[in-house]
Amino acid sequence: MKILVAVKRVIDYNVQIRVKEDNTGVVTDNVKMSTNPPDDNAIEEAVKIKEAGKATEVIAVSVGEEKAQETVRKALAVGADKGILIKTDGVLEPLAVSKLLQKIVEKEKPDLVFMGKQAIDDDCNQTGQMLSALLNWPQATFASKIEIKDKKLEVTREIDEGLETIEIDIPAIVTCDLRLNEPRYASLPNIMKAKKKPIQQINASDLGVDTSPRIEHIKVEEPPKRKAGIKVSSVAELVQKLKNEAKVI
Amino acid sequence: MSVLLIAEHNNQDLKPFTLNAVTAASQMGEDLHALIIGQNCGDATKKLSELPLVKKVIQVEAPHYENFVAENFAPVIVKLAKNYSHIVCSANTFGKNLMPRIAASLDTSQVSDIIKVISQDTFLRPIYAGNAFATVKSKDAKKCITIRPTSFDPCEGSGGSAPIEKAEAGEEFNHTKFIKREEIKSDRPELGTARVVVSGGRGMQSGDNFKLITSLADKLNAAIGASRAAVDAGYIGNDHQVGQTGKVVVPDLYIAVGISGAIQHLAGMKESKVIVAINKDGEAPIFSVADYGLEADLFDAVPQFLDELNKLNTIQK
Repeated sequence: MKILVAVKRVIDYNVQIRVKEDNTGVVTDNVKMSTNPPDDNAIEEAVKIKEAGKATEVIAVSVGEEKAQETVRKALAVGADKGILIKTDGVLEPLAVSKLLQKIVEKEKPDLVFMGKQAIDDDCNQTGQMLSALLNWPQATFASKIEIKDKKLEVTREIDEGLETIEIDIPAIVTCDLRLNEPRYASLPNIMKAKKKPIQQINASDLGVDTSPRIEHIKVEEPPKRKAGIKVSSVAELVQKLKNEAKVI
Repeated sequence: MSVLLIAEHNNQDLKPFTLNAVTAASQMGEDLHALIIGQNCGDATKKLSELPLVKKVIQVEAPHYENFVAENFAPVIVKLAKNYSHIVCSANTFGKNLMPRIAASLDTSQVSDIIKVISQDTFLRPIYAGNAFATVKSKDAKKCITIRPTSFDPCEGSGGSAPIEKAEAGEEFNHTKFIKREEIKSDRPELGTARVVVSGGRGMQSGDNFKLITSLADKLNAAIGASRAAVDAGYIGNDHQVGQTGKVVVPDLYIAVGISGAIQHLAGMKESKVIVAINKDGEAPIFSVADYGLEADLFDAVPQFLDELNKLNTIQK
């Protein structure tokens, strides 16, 4: 069984986001970039399945600028066997990304495609579901547990009401929740080894997909600031303020 | 053209956030139709028809719609979509799972999780976990939109009588099988809709100490929340998690106890109307969003808080 894992390069989750002064986006120059956190869970799960002898190959794929190669390389360092970088200029919408991934799926013929449930930059939460629609494959979104049962997967999903369990036939798409597993760190020897693993580079424009934007970004702004609050000196003062000033209790 | 709202329900009743989604959808066009897909969902359908903003209800029933599997829902919605300019749904796990499947089938670039309708094609949406707001304009002829329910008021719930039209069911998708749903039952208000939320963080130090949070929540008729750190430490179940990766809450009163205020937590609660922070670290980032900050040891402050509440004649419910 072959598992394709899609990974995205995003601003590191610990970085305080700053909006550009001209309101065209957020500052990315000289900002630490990392793998989208739930994509780390997706890679971890694929590698664990391979280590358990249930998969033969894990392929990491990223869609992005040249530098997204680092993100693919990191996936190789934690256990993916080979990498693919689909090179683009600038940022694509999830619909375009899913169309490019569809081309890779048609070429590599994986049995499973894993990715994070959402990217922490655009917060769209679309790509996995869109790819499943394009392939007409089953989808298990927000997965917090995956069990492989012959030609099926039993997946526990995190939903608003609690947990849902579904059974899906392979081939399938799974989008991973942060609770799925604890991603490992790459060891130094594995980082060295990863440098020798192959990364195939493909230009997005060579895949015959229309990736032109359908959504115009008119402006990006700072969210409205909360007005500064006050520090109270005692619990009694706090309760008095909540009762008589804020009138919420 | 008209707007099609996909109702979220449990076959008996509408989910409360459907009313918020109706408000949002009604701002995209006046001719608002509501689609309900389920099995034996007559009661929920009737309630949908009573919403005054809804001009027509379309009901689709079949056994394979009982458990809201997106692979079954998407094809029938795509078929109905030809008559509409906008397809709208709540951005909770139901809508997040479903809408992209519809959008990709319609070759539309979805606009997710909007917090404001600026015009029929232009919307405001948070990005980077609410650390920036983007104004975006959809150029697709047909728009697929999910809305953040807590950013819109619920619509009027009764007084309307929209006609109910039945539509033909689609085929079953045979590669996905629903097994079970384990809902967390509680006598407390639901975290996503509670008027008051009391949350504990890593400062609670143990699951046992969460009893303090529970007592305070009991007193205020509040839902119980938690930071990701508290959930990861195993103090409380992950269905209580507030934040970018948990629930986004907008209560009238949010009380953060022993929570430092990581970016990912703030993203889930900073739109609350009044925020209280109790933390012994005066430099904790949570104080930057708190209306009332109390720099104190929570193990002293929470019992005192209960005592002070007990002295009050009345507490709002």
